[in-house]
Amino acid sequence: MYTSITNRRSFIKKMALLSAMTAAATMFPGILFAEEQERGLPKDGNLDWKKAPCRFCGVGCGVLIGVDNGKAVAVKGDPKSPVNKGLCCVKGYHSVMAMYGKDRLTKPLVKKNGKYVETSMKEALDLIASKMKETIKGHGKDSVSIYGSGQWTIPDGYVASKLFKGCIGTNNVEANARLCMATAVTGFLTSFGLDEPMGCYEDIDHADVFVLWGNNMAEMHPVLFSRLLDQRLKRGSKIIDFATRTTRTSAAADKSILFIPQTDLAVGNAICYEIIKNGWVNKSFIDKYCNFKKGLTKMGYGLEDNYKFKDKPEAISFEDYKHFLDDYSPEKVERLTGVSAKDIKYMAAYYGDPNKKVMSLWCMGPNQHSRGTWMNNIIYNIHLLTGKISTPGNSPFSLTGQPSACGTVREVGTLTHKLPHGVVMNKKHREFAAKIWDVPVENIDPKPTYHTVEMFRALDRGDIRFMWIQVTNPMVTMPKLKRYRDGAKKEGRFIVVSDIYPTPTTDIADVIMPSAMWIEREGMYGNSERRTQYFEQMVEPPGEAMSDTWQLVEVAKRMGFEKQFYYKEETHIEEIYAEYRRHHDNNKHNMAPLKVLKENPGMQWPYVDGKPTKWRFNSKYDPACTNGEEFHFYGKPDGKAIIWQRPYEPAAEEPDREYPYWLCTGRVVEHWHTGSMTRRIPVLHKAMPHGYVELNPGDAKRMQIKNGDNVRLTTRRGEIIMPASINQRGVPAPMQVFVPFFDENMLINDITLDSFCPISKEPDYKKCAVKVEKA
Amino acid sequence: MPIKSYLAHPHEGKKNKLIEDLLKIDQCEVIPAQNKEIVVIITDTDSKTEEDNLKMQLDAIDSLKLLAMVSGFNTPKKS
Repeated sequence: MYTSITNRRSFIKKMALLSAMTAAATMFPGILFAEEQERGLPKDGNLDWKKAPCRFCGVGCGVLIGVDNGKAVAVKGDPKSPVNKGLCCVKGYHSVMAMYGKDRLTKPLVKKNGKYVETSMKEALDLIASKMKETIKGHGKDSVSIYGSGQWTIPDGYVASKLFKGCIGTNNVEANARLCMATAVTGFLTSFGLDEPMGCYEDIDHADVFVLWGNNMAEMHPVLFSRLLDQRLKRGSKIIDFATRTTRTSAAADKSILFIPQTDLAVGNAICYEIIKNGWVNKSFIDKYCNFKKGLTKMGYGLEDNYKFKDKPEAISFEDYKHFLDDYSPEKVERLTGVSAKDIKYMAAYYGDPNKKVMSLWCMGPNQHSRGTWMNNIIYNIHLLTGKISTPGNSPFSLTGQPSACGTVREVGTLTHKLPHGVVMNKKHREFAAKIWDVPVENIDPKPTYHTVEMFRALDRGDIRFMWIQVTNPMVTMPKLKRYRDGAKKEGRFIVVSDIYPTPTTDIADVIMPSAMWIEREGMYGNSERRTQYFEQMVEPPGEAMSDTWQLVEVAKRMGFEKQFYYKEETHIEEIYAEYRRHHDNNKHNMAPLKVLKENPGMQWPYVDGKPTKWRFNSKYDPACTNGEEFHFYGKPDGKAIIWQRPYEPAAEEPDREYPYWLCTGRVVEHWHTGSMTRRIPVLHKAMPHGYVELNPGDAKRMQIKNGDNVRLTTRRGEIIMPASINQRGVPAPMQVFVPFFDENMLINDITLDSFCPISKEPDYKKCAVKVEKA
Repeated sequence: MPIKSYLAHPHEGKKNKLIEDLLKIDQCEVIPAQNKEIVVIITDTDSKTEEDNLKMQLDAIDSLKLLAMVSGFNTPKKS
């Protein structure tokens, strides 16, 4: 599959073959085409197949990488992996090609007189360390920052947190998971007191009904979606697609229900109303295991600099909650939401049926939402009211988009308020971390500093002067991008970017560091179902490229932290992982030893007495349950989960006379996020070469816009022109448009809005008002 | 001229026979699934006549239960 495309005809043959294999994979999950996968490989070569987790999304498929003469030449799904059972998506099959783009960064580059000049790795590391020291001396410890991502391996994130929080003493540590998973975290924390799903992918094999909340799984999580389709074929499971736009997922679902953006809050509450009204509440479950609370409302949207919000939870009774829901009967909300009372009752009936196991799946729809934490809470409310949680097949399941959003950002804790175990605000947690890190406890600042949007605002204002960006591309992904791009370019800022290719983010760098990618180094990722997966170094990185972990270690040593960064180059990953495991040495989060990770296709935490935990909070499966009851939500002091009273509130910016359309942004199956890797894979780039704007066919006809015509999109932040897509990939509802964000030549985030959920601080990329015209 | 891909479903127990039959046709590339009863076929023909002939040959295969087209591309042969 990895021979180069020599002419158009052979390329088309490849596309035809890929289409057929993808279709077959949808019908027969786990299907293998071994001969095809191995075709074109050197027959006399010593092809060595080694296991790794896939480099791309958060599903964490197990892949086998074929290495020949020091080059990764092939990928196939790992049949032993319980995640994907031998299947891969189109990105996974081509993943190794992302390492061999022609413009790979191989040497450090330093900007001198406006031009990038090659330098040695030693000089570049010296410069970064000296600039950090100089900035701290001149402007204080909180003037330096690091911004990473859910693509950081566990060791990358761990040493970043240790250097900045433990040694330098600033909480200026953030990651782009703030832009995608922060809401999932605050959803879990507010409802259960502990982050990450209670269930696992095995729930798919047990559920009777799948409700997809604003989640285009067919494109974003195709391998998992094929497992849903497989269950439909085998057991007649139902798939309900609840979304704002018709997609491939809608086409494959048993039922597609469209709602008006932001009104999922009202529909969720209406489902809860129906559950209570029809007597479908699992009363003994909520009596034993749930509390009811409400929080502050009308919180704002974080549009102003230095915005602060702290919720004030207040206990309420079941009767109070029931009374609150009176405003959300299906009949009352159908006009607001665009969803018929009949459809709301249809969904509620599945959740309410005691004989149906229901799995709710979501990703960016409820997370990139200006009331995202509330939306996550409402989905949990539905499962808690019916007691459909923490048992095989009954599972509210938040999916992730990056290979280690869970493993690194959420578990290592590379967010401003987090520590590997606990939070910086907690004295005991600080003491615990300081002991393992071998730093004075006073080093760890008890006050969180900036979440991502505010961190880039601080860079613009000059409160932050030095930023090190690793393995992410914020100059494509930040909302209201122009402000943050201009801010980063201001005088007196020093930006270091570690990456594998030139991107719009390396364009703002003073120093560009070439990074080793994925299997060019050793590391671990943690996927959406609490599965930690190890990969060894299989090939050499190009030129002077170095892992992000070792770049950080080298700079830490140069800054005088040799004692804390004692690791040997040959064994540093093993040493770092062993140290990291000490932070989670308890029944609620114990990580499997490295030896176990090496021998298995990953292992789920909590790993206790040599066994992974598949379903948390259920005493039958989870050894951390100690209350003697069937369920124990031990993340909360009284062992009870919380059902939150969360109302509907409008989005920060809604269509009006001047900007009459909704603008929603998102992804496509061919490209992974900003496309910096997948656009360098010829097959994927040719399959989806540029960005576009999807229009509703009726709207397009009215404006006399045809497929491919240029369309001007204007918001209060600016304008962009891009080609129209009508009845192609997805179909937005009337008066809505959709734009994917993978194309760096069409930066849609120049015109999006930087409103965010006040609790999670995650921006809402799914909603702002836009004017649409034929250009 | 057309390049097409199909999913070919064999009659029960006839997968190997189907592969054998398909391999006899020049215009067919055959990619069998390793672990499922299904075969991917890529066809590449020069002309409408050749395409029609191919279709007749495929229709005549006894071991073939169902042929489902997945994609079709029309392209000049020498581009």
